Amino acid sequence: MRIGVVTFPGSLDDRDAQRAVRLAGATPVALWHGEHDLHGVDAIVLPGGFSYGDYLRAGAIASLSPIMAEVIAAANRGVPVLGICNGFQMLAEAHLLDGGLIRNDHGTFICRDQKLRVENTATAWTNGYAPGTEITIPLKNGEGGFVADAETIARLEGEGQVAFRYLGVNPNGSINDIAGVTNARGNVVGLMPHPEHAIEEGFGPDTDAAMRSGTDGLTIFTSAIAALAAV
Amino acid sequence: MPTIVVEVMPKAVLLDPQGKAVAGALHRLGKSRFTDVRLGKRFEIAFEGDADEATLAEVRELAESMLSNSVIEDVVSVHFVGSGTQTNGAHVAGTPVEAS
Repeated sequence: MRIGVVTFPGSLDDRDAQRAVRLAGATPVALWHGEHDLHGVDAIVLPGGFSYGDYLRAGAIASLSPIMAEVIAAANRGVPVLGICNGFQMLAEAHLLDGGLIRNDHGTFICRDQKLRVENTATAWTNGYAPGTEITIPLKNGEGGFVADAETIARLEGEGQVAFRYLGVNPNGSINDIAGVTNARGNVVGLMPHPEHAIEEGFGPDTDAAMRSGTDGLTIFTSAIAALAAV
Repeated sequence: MPTIVVEVMPKAVLLDPQGKAVAGALHRLGKSRFTDVRLGKRFEIAFEGDADEATLAEVRELAESMLSNSVIEDVVSVHFVGSGTQTNGAHVAGTPVEAS
């Protein structure tokens, strides 16, 4: 199983995402924003960071890069695509996911371990979680406020396309505490928090059991492997 | 050099945290009569060729599809400045428009 991770100028978490793919049991494949070549990968991760300096709008210029033409085509064929943070912003800008991300309502960058509820466990990236599972993974962004018009929000909620919801505190003003969404088909998922930073004991969020022992994010990546194996 | 100006604002229904921060600073300066600030973007696009309606239409299309995101922003003005013919009267007062 080969999962590609696209590196854009300004990507920060591409290596972390590659490591998450490896620890989940797949082979990470480095992809480059300036190419039209997906190197035959089975799934794609768009990592966090500040691609193109967040110029114009976060994720906007990246969504127009050469590799994204291929990512969009692959997503429309049903290939699993995950967007984390800046990657989520790219998927929204590319219209693969509904809604948009705006500056946090409190106006400041936020970095914290964030509790979430997995709301949809039928997607290519969440099928390994039991329905209603609560997870804690890092959140770090300045523009994470999820917004959409009322009609779109109603449709996302009604069709079960809210994939993750913030619990405890809404860290950025997102409508309905929405932390992540999926497309109708369930192969494209985007979320602001960072599952790739919670995959290995010693490097994850604190838990009741031990400091930095949280690995709640790993199931995102093993879910994709399971989804691909089931095809 | 003929230039097209595109102005984009965050949607009025959405919170504008940048504008809110500026309004807060004004308040702290004692300028409380300035009750609200919204902060947007202005693009100045130089181009080759004629400053005609076709060019303006092309930039209007780009303004909607690329320079703004209709989920979160509105294009409020697309107009010529400089030596071009100003064909869109929707420019903001005070903008250095040179009508021919």
